[in-house]
Amino acid sequence: MTHDNPPTPGGHEAALGGADRSLARFEAPRRSPLGHLQHFLHSNPTMVPVIVLLASIVVFGALTNGMLFTPFNLSLILQQVSIVGMLAAAQSLIILTAGIDLSVAAIMALMAVISGKLAVEFGVPAPLALLVAFVGGTLAGVMNGVLVTRLRLPPFIVTLGTWNIFYSLTLYLSGAQSIRSQDIDAQAPLLKIFGVGFDVFGTRVTYGSVLMVALFLVLWFMLNKTAWGRHVYAIGDDKDSAELSGIRTDRMLVSVYALAGLVCALTAWASIGRVGSVSPTSFYEANLHAITAVVVGGISLFGGRGSILGALFGALIVGVFNSGLRLVQVDVLWQVFAIGWLVIIAVAIDQWIRKVSA
Amino acid sequence: MTTRSLKTALLGAAAAGALLASPAAAQEIGACLITKTDTNPFFVKMREGAAAAAAELGINLQTFAGRIDGDVESQIAAVETCIASGARGILITPSDSRALTPVITQAREAGLLVIALDTPFEPADVADATFATDNFTAGVLIGQWAAARMGAEAANARIATLDLNPSEISVDYLRNQGFLQGFGIDILNPTDIGDETDPRIVGNDVTNGNEAGGRTAMENLLQVDPMINLVYTINEPAAAGAYEALRSIGRENDVLIVSVDGGCPGVANVRDGVIGATSMQFPLLMASMGIQAIADFAATGARPSNTEGLDFFNTGVELITDAPVEGIPSLTSAEGLGRCWG
Repeated sequence: MTHDNPPTPGGHEAALGGADRSLARFEAPRRSPLGHLQHFLHSNPTMVPVIVLLASIVVFGALTNGMLFTPFNLSLILQQVSIVGMLAAAQSLIILTAGIDLSVAAIMALMAVISGKLAVEFGVPAPLALLVAFVGGTLAGVMNGVLVTRLRLPPFIVTLGTWNIFYSLTLYLSGAQSIRSQDIDAQAPLLKIFGVGFDVFGTRVTYGSVLMVALFLVLWFMLNKTAWGRHVYAIGDDKDSAELSGIRTDRMLVSVYALAGLVCALTAWASIGRVGSVSPTSFYEANLHAITAVVVGGISLFGGRGSILGALFGALIVGVFNSGLRLVQVDVLWQVFAIGWLVIIAVAIDQWIRKVSA
Repeated sequence: MTTRSLKTALLGAAAAGALLASPAAAQEIGACLITKTDTNPFFVKMREGAAAAAAELGINLQTFAGRIDGDVESQIAAVETCIASGARGILITPSDSRALTPVITQAREAGLLVIALDTPFEPADVADATFATDNFTAGVLIGQWAAARMGAEAANARIATLDLNPSEISVDYLRNQGFLQGFGIDILNPTDIGDETDPRIVGNDVTNGNEAGGRTAMENLLQVDPMINLVYTINEPAAAGAYEALRSIGRENDVLIVSVDGGCPGVANVRDGVIGATSMQFPLLMASMGIQAIADFAATGARPSNTEGLDFFNTGVELITDAPVEGIPSLTSAEGLGRCWG
């Protein structure tokens, strides 16, 4: 919103001809280079993770003598971030509404166990078992959304509760034991479809990696090219004014949580392919890793700002960091240390950008 | 399998509850079993063992569990409840080897016999006794088996170790170092994973003891050396994950995977050729022997003693493999499936 051109003089305004018109300018006449950067990043929030991603690729590429760039390694990074990346997509939806969802990984684990149990142990046809999981994931999301909107509980508290609830159900239903890869192969190979892939330049690209990218593109389209998406941003930016401008915010929020739940169920399917088995104990902390990816991806925890593609870049940054540090043989402890700093720096940059005066 | 064992456990718990409600309860000997969680099949099996032994010996058994591994508060509350109920002994798998020390001391001062199951206290003599798997021996067995299986090729082995987590707790280093020593590697400091200088070791990574971690760790180490041909894993879920990583690059048939635990899915994986050999431990035995010890203590005041040369009572380990080697006693996977837990 800048008004660079003063109004054309005419009529009675001509009398003001000699007056100083600089007050009509909303923009400061000069900006330091840093100010320019700040302003640029404010209008293009996704550029931060893109720059960090490129920088980390260059740095780790050099440190590892190019080992980072082998097709095998690139394929591996994609595979290793795919599950956390997809959960980060679900997380982004919630965070854009100024909420937070601690239950994403628990919903995923529960739906993986439900579809696995049904298909492998009870002989339900795999597509039907997956359908049950999709419906279940959506309902789990609706439960979060209803608790947030009807009971007016903070999302952090609601999803802290449902995280524990879904996790307990997962352990109960699975008896804390995995469904073996070999049994899935024999009974319901469809569950592992996202673990297989095709060859590009002599390396394997899994359908799971493709699914992650496709998911982000679809959600990006929904958020940026539909009325629903604009309402999501409006609610996150200022819920009260969104309400006043006629958006049915409660209904919208429930739909956002429901969609996030559905994405978690889809991730559950992908996770069976990635892990090979249905493992109730895997990805226990993936909810936190998903939040990390979202934050590193430049999506504001205060809602309403940031592109969902940022979460994809955020997940990739974490993947490149882990892979790069590992290739230069850094202890796993220091990988965790580095990611910790990455989060803090990312949020600090976000705060700095927010200070820009439009 | 799993649901059945869960049901059995529930029945067992119900039976214990019925005993509790019986009017004779006042004269009965009371005992408590406190596990880390009540969902892990390892602890479910432990409860089964305790419930069966308690029913046989006419002991009134109360069971408690933390919500998650590491839930110290619930375990402290359980010990306090147990002291208040007038029980004669406590069997406990401590969620924290140090934090529970004060309350355990309190229980012993109140005249209860306290036996640590599976996880020792630090120091071990905080409890009257520890009934546990010798994790170092469990590692040695699979190490010796792998060396014998590879024969002369063992000199050129390319070894990956997939461990638990960065904190390197005792079970983690005991199994790892046992395996390496069994294989014939100089382990230097026996409480430190990764200080070895033997060039046959490609590297180690952590798995959190689950499939996703096992797969990622295997992928990472394959990047360091794609020709890894021997993989040690902390437990069977990690082994299953490692196998998936090997399968994705078509190497599942020329890599030897060894593991520790003896869970039923793990033994089934030995049968299906995923895992070459695994060391089975016996949670059921730990608990039933613990109940027996409490009964003896109540009757005669005798306290259990440790296995000679160890600071705990060794409840035994069995090697499970379908490719037995000369000189190392082992059970087949078919026999193992009859004894596995979970």
